Amino acid sequence: MVKRIYALMIKEFLALMKDKRSRIVVIIPPLVQLLVFGYAATFDLNHIPIAVYNEDAGPAARDLVARFTGSTNFQQVATLTGEAQIGPLVDSRRVLMVLHIGPQFSRELSAGRAGPVQVIVDGRNSNTAAILLGYVSTIAADYSADWIRRSGGAAGARLEVRAWFNPNLESRWFLVPGIVGLLTLLVTTLVTSLSVAREREQGTFDQLLVTPLRPVEILLGKALPGFIIGFVEMTAIVLIATLWFHVPLRGEVATLYVGLFFFLFSSIGVGLMVSSLAVTQQQGLLGAFLFLVPSVMLSGFATPIANMPFWMQRLTLVNPMRYFLVIIRGVFLQGTPFHLLVGQFWPMAVIGLVNLTVAGFLFRRRLY
Amino acid sequence: MSAASRMRLRGLVRKEFCQILRDPSSIAIAFLMPVFLLLIFGYGISLDAEHVPIAVVVEQPDADTAGLAARFAGSRYFAPVFMHDMGEAEGELRAMRVNAIVHVQSDFASRLRRSDGAPIQLIVNGTDANTARLMIGYVQGVWQGWLGKRAMERGSRLGAPLAIDQRVWFNSELRSRNYLVPGLIAIIMTLIGALLTALVMAREWERGTMEALMVTPVTMGEVLLGKVLPYFLLGLGGMAVSVAMGLWLFGVPLMGSPWLLFAVSSLFLLAALGMGLLISTATRSQFLAGMVAIITTFLPAFLLSGFIFDIGSMPLLVQAITRILPARYFVASLQTLFLAGNVWSVILPNAAALAVFAAVFLGASRRMMRKRLD
Repeated sequence: MVKRIYALMIKEFLALMKDKRSRIVVIIPPLVQLLVFGYAATFDLNHIPIAVYNEDAGPAARDLVARFTGSTNFQQVATLTGEAQIGPLVDSRRVLMVLHIGPQFSRELSAGRAGPVQVIVDGRNSNTAAILLGYVSTIAADYSADWIRRSGGAAGARLEVRAWFNPNLESRWFLVPGIVGLLTLLVTTLVTSLSVAREREQGTFDQLLVTPLRPVEILLGKALPGFIIGFVEMTAIVLIATLWFHVPLRGEVATLYVGLFFFLFSSIGVGLMVSSLAVTQQQGLLGAFLFLVPSVMLSGFATPIANMPFWMQRLTLVNPMRYFLVIIRGVFLQGTPFHLLVGQFWPMAVIGLVNLTVAGFLFRRRLY
Repeated sequence: MSAASRMRLRGLVRKEFCQILRDPSSIAIAFLMPVFLLLIFGYGISLDAEHVPIAVVVEQPDADTAGLAARFAGSRYFAPVFMHDMGEAEGELRAMRVNAIVHVQSDFASRLRRSDGAPIQLIVNGTDANTARLMIGYVQGVWQGWLGKRAMERGSRLGAPLAIDQRVWFNSELRSRNYLVPGLIAIIMTLIGALLTALVMAREWERGTMEALMVTPVTMGEVLLGKVLPYFLLGLGGMAVSVAMGLWLFGVPLMGSPWLLFAVSSLFLLAALGMGLLISTATRSQFLAGMVAIITTFLPAFLLSGFIFDIGSMPLLVQAITRILPARYFVASLQTLFLAGNVWSVILPNAAALAVFAAVFLGASRRMMRKRLD
């Protein structure tokens, strides 16, 4: 049995790797994509183009403007002299924000009242706008605290913020481990989901069925190359994440690989299921897409699962990526120990088992 | 175009339609996929955090801290759990059952009267940095509201000396759905465009029907047109379905002109179909074409198009890479057309870029399609 599986595995590897172009497609893109996406995927904004419209000549207003232009988050690209200039600048997306300080600002401040400041933000990308407004309120809070201190007021209570696991709140630390999961999923699904459909379309699957190989053995022979490629690729990607992007790896590497094993098991299960359902490669490709796209978007990769409506959160329970992201982020950033992650391992095992069983069943039954 | 050429083209288009009808997966791609994906993503993707579980640890409750605790309980952003022991709260944070701890120490009341003020400690789980930042902002809001109320009760001056008046243009309530839906439509159309055509040429090669086509009088230009036309119509149908769902199901406003939307979408579809055809022609293998199509469309469109991550904040090299993605121009056009209106200074350059892509991809496919069997 082992010998037969081994032979089929070799055949699968040959089918995948003997063609130079196919070899390149499996190996190169994930590595390149990790590098590109690792740099692209960040929620931290820097050098946001802003325009300043300052109608007040006082030092208090100058100080406020300096706090904006001095921050690396903002970059002043225009100085306005009239209200009418604001519209076209924002419309054409040349600036994302306009800081408008009214002529009464200094006078109101020294009179002990609140100084009026207007901030106009382009809301076409509401996420960027929300992050931007967060920066604005931080600057405003600092400015207020300093002003109160200088004018001799009592501070009352003050807020001291500390972030565990990611002290500088770098979103890259959060997103790069996510990309590792993303690319691993992509590669294994690609490798497995078209493999049976291709044999069906070329007619070689019938030949495979009349060999002494049993459906279980065919299943294993088709699954193992995905496992091996997944492990190798993942190792390379994890090395890039830690050595190149300097994401801290605080937990046990062994825990990570146990998680990876179950993750590969479940995603290969889905891939083979899709493949056994598909009669043509186009259907296989469609199935792979229909699995990949929602799994990525609803995994908590970029937008937290907790923000989804309740029924949608329930739906994500069948998504293997969801569990793997908890594992990989936990191991990387929080050093989460093995026993706290058991609740993430077994759902993936169940998903994989169900899918592989269905796939094995379909291998025998679908012969057209 | 001569009458014979028109006739040949009609034959090719008809053949393609027959094939589409026979394997219903193309129709599923064009019409079911946008419905399915928009439904899932429209509801599933949200950056608005609400009811975040936090622990509020008050070591010595009194009237002041009770007011603060009540404000946390009343906020829609938080689902607070009240505790008295810091160790217990830290355990909850480590086990990821709460996302943050607000810690009010036992000497809070006495230090509140002193000049340097009393500290309120906020510990957040920084793993998800974006959510952590949002949470800090919300806590700041609760805290400042409490300070202001307290100051008012004592008749002293209101808290902050800055009165910031925030105006968010085009999307005044910062509904993330308003900007996500146009972006999602762009991503979904990228997938559909490439999926529809990525396999069609490779399929002809693999099944040997390309040779059959070559011995007929059809020219390669006609073959190309015969492939583009049917899928263009299917793609436009999918686009119409997506836009209709965006407008009526998700309530996203369409400020720009529908005709302009139609024109920009057509240009984008030509570019996306052209890219699929180019992949298909260049690989001549369905397996390879499928892999290349998935790799080059989905993740780049998702991560590099400005849909979710701000392009201006990426390193220059990565920004340069985003320029070769048609999806980037389509996302910018759709967000402007839906939320801001016919802003020509945004639409024209983006539409021009899409036209260039369409021409390049279709032109390159045409060049690679030769009547040869090598």
